[in-house]
Amino acid sequence: MKFLRKRVDKIKPHFEEGGRFYFLHSVFDGFETFLFVPDHVTKKGAHIRDAIDMKRTMIIVVLALMPALLFGIYNTGLQHFIATGQPQEFWPMISYGIIKVIPLIAVTYIVGLGIEFAFAQVRKHEISEGFLVTGILIPLIVPADIPLWMLAIATAFAVIIGKEVFGGSGMNILNPALTARAFLFFAYPSWMSGDKIWVSGMMSGEGIIDGYSGATLLAQSATGASNFINGFGEKVSHLEMFIGTIPGSVGETSIIAILLGALILLVAGLGSWRIMFSTLAGGIVMGLLLNVFAVNSAMEVAWFEQLMLGGFAFGMVFMATDPVTGAQTNKGKYIYGFLIGFLAILIRVLNPAYPEGMMLAILLMNVFAPLIDHLVVQQNIKKRLKRSVSSVKS
Amino acid sequence: MDKTIRIRKGVDIDLKGKAKNQFMADHNPELFALKPIDFFGLVPKLSRKEGEKVKQGEPVFFDKYRPDIVFVAPVAGLISKVVRGDKRKMLEIIIEKSDEIGKIKHNISKDDLKNAEAIKKLFLNAGIWPYIKQRPYGIIANPETKPRDIFISMFDSAPLAPDFEFILNADKEEINLALKTIKLLTDGDVYLSFKKGSRLVDLIENKENYKINYFHGPHPAGLHGVQINKIKPINKGEIVWTVNATDLPIIGSFLKTGIYNPERTVALAGSEVKEPAYFKTTAGADLTQLLKSKLNTDDNLRVISGNVLTGSNISHSRFLGFFDNLVTVIPEGNKHELFGWALPGFNKLSLTTTFMSKLFPRKKFAPDTNLHGGKRAYVVTGQYEAVCPIDVYPQLLIKAILVEDIDKMEQMGIYEIIEEDFALCEFACTSKMDVQEIVRTGLNLMIKEMS
Repeated sequence: MKFLRKRVDKIKPHFEEGGRFYFLHSVFDGFETFLFVPDHVTKKGAHIRDAIDMKRTMIIVVLALMPALLFGIYNTGLQHFIATGQPQEFWPMISYGIIKVIPLIAVTYIVGLGIEFAFAQVRKHEISEGFLVTGILIPLIVPADIPLWMLAIATAFAVIIGKEVFGGSGMNILNPALTARAFLFFAYPSWMSGDKIWVSGMMSGEGIIDGYSGATLLAQSATGASNFINGFGEKVSHLEMFIGTIPGSVGETSIIAILLGALILLVAGLGSWRIMFSTLAGGIVMGLLLNVFAVNSAMEVAWFEQLMLGGFAFGMVFMATDPVTGAQTNKGKYIYGFLIGFLAILIRVLNPAYPEGMMLAILLMNVFAPLIDHLVVQQNIKKRLKRSVSSVKS
Repeated sequence: MDKTIRIRKGVDIDLKGKAKNQFMADHNPELFALKPIDFFGLVPKLSRKEGEKVKQGEPVFFDKYRPDIVFVAPVAGLISKVVRGDKRKMLEIIIEKSDEIGKIKHNISKDDLKNAEAIKKLFLNAGIWPYIKQRPYGIIANPETKPRDIFISMFDSAPLAPDFEFILNADKEEINLALKTIKLLTDGDVYLSFKKGSRLVDLIENKENYKINYFHGPHPAGLHGVQINKIKPINKGEIVWTVNATDLPIIGSFLKTGIYNPERTVALAGSEVKEPAYFKTTAGADLTQLLKSKLNTDDNLRVISGNVLTGSNISHSRFLGFFDNLVTVIPEGNKHELFGWALPGFNKLSLTTTFMSKLFPRKKFAPDTNLHGGKRAYVVTGQYEAVCPIDVYPQLLIKAILVEDIDKMEQMGIYEIIEEDFALCEFACTSKMDVQEIVRTGLNLMIKEMS
């Protein structure tokens, strides 16, 4: 460790003001702090500080995403092997999944971090760790077969328009990962909806069994609910939906993996249980309401099935809880979460053109989060004002 | 009527090296210092020059904008040096003690203690006044105002805080005399807030004269800001005074003898202290000699006058602060840590559950002064709210201060807080914001706007 430290100290002057590589100082700082927690000590205020920092926070969130990612790799292989009728052997499926999914992550990271580095350099601030999470989230919410160049454009759009124009990490209004997905959804709808894209290999069509359908359960729910079927027309059990061996975006099919991630976030105290809980509640309430007033088969999809469909669970655990774009006050978080769950199911069922209601609901509530906070704070302000008036009277 | 108030938000930070309830030898050094920086919103002006002799209790400097408020010498001696910092800011006035120069004795008649005006005059002349602080702003009280109420916290909940039961026990007479006199300064009430189960309450005579409350819960339950907010919050236009319980014996002994003698019982605590315990000394005392014999090592340490959350750094010039009853010594953290963000962290102190140290809930920590990461924009939310029992939205209030929105600051309750109330927020902050400094900036801005 001493040796490494000496090396870093030796090359450090080149990156400081006046040095040859000053134009790379943010990048250097990024790598140095990646290797070493800096030796900065407290100068003002509290002399001791909590050991948590942004790097650790983001790493834990990445860790929480791992179950979903690993399952996503497996499921990408599995769905392809089912559709092509190959024997479902574990390692071949995993290797297929890795070949499909790792490039997605690589492209997202290279494009996203490249832009982040450039912005940090120009603005002369430290590189923020936020993209470590975004860079995993984006690949998990797109179909495995998405062309890499589309992903690159979407990522660039998300980082620049979704984040940097507002001032970088911590300043953005919309969740960057969902911004990328929304961009893809509206710019390249043929690659983000339909029956073919959710099973890897179906777009090119090679080796796919004749008559195999790749329709997601979410798409099926729009037309008829009482029986979800797989590609061969067989009924899909609730257990399969829960485990996640169904077609869909890379990382959002497995409820178990997502719940595992939720557990990590909640135990670490990083994900807001208030948001998760109220999103779930909102989804259940809307699901039940639709069930009660059902006039078509889409509305008859049972409330608990709604919770397992599409991106609801993934969005609830990893997207709605984004602290930057969500409500900031504790009271606000309840309202924010509830409306996300409520609207997600509502949009999904009543507007079949947008089956991915979760994405739209979260983006919508991202926009309204400051308003919710404003109302909550206003309540506090009114209370203070009232107290003040009554004390003047007495 | 006694009331117990439960504080739920907050946290007790369990540090190594709490002072045992026993005394080490008294500490009587040669040098003492008066530090204008111990007082907020003060522009000090010397009334005595370098090289002049002062009696104990004789004014040394005063507030330029409120010349009535004088600060007097804690001991008799020679003003040997005035230490100045950037922009000639006065940092320390160092006095070489020499007892033969004598003390100033005020003749206090019974009449002097009958009405508020006489008491104010006496306190101002004798240098007792700076012990009375006012809210909003956390500055020395304005003698021309009459406070709605006066609040006194009878316990300290900060990390490694001294045990008031231990240090105030012997001063029953002085405390009661001080309370009786302070009561006359307000038409409102004097609120005494005790820790639940504290025996200190038995010290108080004529309890019916005061409003007594009990607090129960983690730090910051012992802070005036929290207690005021829970008992009777400050509204716009109202002024409330606060007095530290540990200053009551000094005020009381002055009232009894007419002599200003700021003797204190101080806890020496922290992970780097050999045998943490209490000692008696005088405010402003030079601690260099004492620390030499009491520390494990004298290398790379942070010496703090006060507690680890709000105290002032006296590593280089080791004079005890004006108000402080605690000296904390912890290691400096000026070292790099390889892959620190990824290590399990068995010894890391954190309110989050992201380190293995959470597996040992009873563990006592010996944190250093490392910042543990770089400064960032706000990302995480809810951290401040979790440790702030005061009914404000801390993070949003901080944001209002950052954008200097005076109206918002006022509406969101800046009158109710001073920096110490947000010290835990600063500790918890993932983005490593200097919360207390931001609060002070906001308060200074309000003072400027409102005057």
